[in-house]
Amino acid sequence: MNLRPVAIVYRKEWRDLLRDWRTVMSMIVVPVVIAPMIILGVLKIVNLTMKQESKVMLLGGDGSPQAVAALRRLNKFDLVPASPDYTNLISTKQIRAAVEIPSDFDAAVAQGRKTTIRIYTYDGEPKSMQAAGQLEEFFEHRRQEIVRSRLLERLLPETLVTPFEVKRSNVASPKQVTGVVVGMILPYLMIVMCLVGATYPAIDMTAGEKERGTLETLLSSPVARTHLVLGKGLVVLTASLATAALSFSSNGLALVFFRTSRFAKLPLALDPLALAGVCVVLIPLAIFLSSVTVTVGLFARSSREANTYLQPLLLLAIIPALLAALPGVDFNYGLAFIPVLNMSLLCKELLTGTCHWGHVLVVFGSMTVYAALAVAAAVALFKRESVLFRT
Amino acid sequence: MIEARGLTKLFHHKKRGQIRAVDNVDFRCEPGRIFGLLGVNGAGKTTCLRLLATILGPTSGTASVNGFDIVAAPEKVRASIGFLSTATALYGRLTAFEVVEYFGRLHGMADSVLHPRIDALFQALAMNEFRDRRCDRLSTGMKQKTSIARTLVHDPPVMIFDEPTLGLDVLTARTVLGFIRECGQRGKTVIFSTHVMSEVEKLCDSIAIIHGGRILAEGDLAQLRARTGVESLEDIFIRVVEEHA
Ligand SMILES: Nc1ncnc2c1ncn2[C@@H]1O[C@H](COP(=O)(O)OP(=O)(O)OP(=O)(O)O)[C@@H](O)[C@H]1O
Ligand SMILES: [Mg+2]
Repeated sequence: MNLRPVAIVYRKEWRDLLRDWRTVMSMIVVPVVIAPMIILGVLKIVNLTMKQESKVMLLGGDGSPQAVAALRRLNKFDLVPASPDYTNLISTKQIRAAVEIPSDFDAAVAQGRKTTIRIYTYDGEPKSMQAAGQLEEFFEHRRQEIVRSRLLERLLPETLVTPFEVKRSNVASPKQVTGVVVGMILPYLMIVMCLVGATYPAIDMTAGEKERGTLETLLSSPVARTHLVLGKGLVVLTASLATAALSFSSNGLALVFFRTSRFAKLPLALDPLALAGVCVVLIPLAIFLSSVTVTVGLFARSSREANTYLQPLLLLAIIPALLAALPGVDFNYGLAFIPVLNMSLLCKELLTGTCHWGHVLVVFGSMTVYAALAVAAAVALFKRESVLFRT
Repeated sequence: MIEARGLTKLFHHKKRGQIRAVDNVDFRCEPGRIFGLLGVNGAGKTTCLRLLATILGPTSGTASVNGFDIVAAPEKVRASIGFLSTATALYGRLTAFEVVEYFGRLHGMADSVLHPRIDALFQALAMNEFRDRRCDRLSTGMKQKTSIARTLVHDPPVMIFDEPTLGLDVLTARTVLGFIRECGQRGKTVIFSTHVMSEVEKLCDSIAIIHGGRILAEGDLAQLRARTGVESLEDIFIRVVEEHA
C-alpha cells in the first residue's frame, strides 16, 4: 500500500484541526486543566468537610466536670449547649449528634456503679455516623484507661481483662496499595479521555465535512477512499492517545503537587512495568474507540446528529469502566471478550501487581480483533455513497 | 474526451420511491470543445457530472473519461479531471494557497513542480492579493477563483464544471466563463452544466438538453435550430421539453 496519500491527508487534517479552538479545547484544555481541576476540587471539598469540626450537642453532664472537660480537651467537636429540641436538630442536620452524659457519671465511675452514655444519631447520614464514631472512640479510650488504672491499683496484670490483642498488618507492597486506588480511577480516566479526545476531531472530519461541503471536493481527488479514511482515522487516533496521555500526566502531576491528606497516606509508587502494560492495551482500545467515533461521524448527516449519537456512546463506554471499578468484579475469561470492560479489568489487575501473561494476551488479542472490525466498518462506510450522500 | 454510454443512476428515496436521476444517457465531448449540459432544477445535471467524476457510481451503463472507464478505473479518471460544482466547498480554516497546495499534493505532485505551478495560476487568476487569507474570509468571487485554481492545479485534460457561475456577480461570472473558454482553446475537454441559456449560447460548441434525467436533444446551436425551427435557445429549450411532455 502506498502510504504517501495517507501522510498527506494526515498532515493536512492536523493543520486544519489545530486552527480550530474547539479542538484545542477538547484535546488540551479539558484534559490538562479542567479534568485535574475537577478531581482536585472534589478532593479538596471532601477534605475540607472531613476536617470541619462537627457540631455535637452536650446533654446533661452538669455533675460530671471531669468527663466534660476531657471531651472539651479533645477539640474534635464544636460542643453546643443543650436544648430540648435536639432530635429535631439532628434530623434536620443542624447538629451531627448529641451526647448525653448522666449528671452522676463521674461519681458512678468512681464508685464502680454501672452507668450509660447515650449518643443520639441520624443513622446512615455519613457525617452523623462519623461524629458518633469519634464519640464512641473517645469514650472507649477513656474506659480502657479507667480499667487500666483500676487493675494497677489492685496490682493485677492487664491480661486479666485483655488476654490478647488483635492487630492488623498490611503485607501488600506500597505499589499494590496505590495500585488498588489508581487501578480504580486510571482505566476510567483513560477510557473517558480517549473518547473525549477522539470525539471532536472525528466529528469535524466526517459529518463536519459533509456539512461544510468539503467532502465532495475531497472525494473528487484521485486518492483512494481507503487512504482518505485511514488518514482521518489516524488523526483521530493520535488525538485520542494524546488526550489520554496529557490527562494522565497532568492528573499525576497535580496529585504529586497537591497531595491532599487523603492521598498523602498513599505512597505514590506505581510499578512502571504495570503502567507499560496498561499503555500497550490502551492502543487497541484507542484504535477501537477512534474507529467507532469515525464510523458514527461518517454515518451522521451533520455534526449535531453525530453529537447526538456519540453522547450515549460515551455513557455506554463509561458503564463498563465503572463496573470494573466495583470491588469484587475481577478478571475472568468470560469478561475478557467484552470490549472496554476487559481493558478496565486488566488494568485493575496489572496495577495491583498481579500479572498473568495469559490475561494480557487475551485482552490484547480480543481488543485487536474489535479494533480491526471497527476500522473495517469505517472504511466500508466511507465507500457507501448512500451514507456519504444521505438526504 | 468523454463518452457516456447508457449511463443511468437510480436513487431510492423513502417517500418519493425510485428516482431516475440520470436515465440511459449517451453523449460525447470532444477535446478542445465545450460541451454544455442545459437543464432545469432537478433535471439530473449534478448527478450526471458526479457520475463522470466517479463521486457516485452508475446503476447501469458506463462512461469513459480520458480513455479510462469510470467503473473499472475510477482513480485514474479522477486523476485526469478537474471537478468543480456548487457542492465542492473549500476548507475554511486553510488559506487559498494551502487548499490549492493540498489538492496538488493529493494529485501526487512534488513540491518542486507544484509551487511554481501555483504561483503561475495565482498570477493568471489575479489571486495574489488573498493568497494567504483563510478561505472562510474570502468573498464568493475569491472563493470561486480559488476553486478554479484547485481544479486546474494538476493541469487535467478534462474539466467538469457544475453551474460554475451560480451566485456570482456579472463581472466574476465573466471571468469564470472566460477561463472556461480558455480551457477549451488549450485543447481540454470541457463539460459544464447550467440553466442559464445565454451562457450556453455564448460559450458552447455542443449542447445537450437534459430533462427528467434524459437527454432530449443534442447538437450544436445550428443543428438545434434546424431541428426545432426556432431561433433563440430559450425557445429551442421550451420546444424540446414540450415535445417530450
Ligand atoms: N443523493 C440523492 N438521493 C436521492 N435523490 C437524489 C440524490 N441526489 C439527487 N437526487 C434527485 O435526483 C434528481 C436529479 O437531481 P440533480 O441534483 O442531479 O439535479 P440538477 O439538475 O443538478 O438540479 P439543480 O439545478 O437543482 O442543481 C432530483 O430529483 C434529486 O432530488
Ligand atoms: Mg445541481
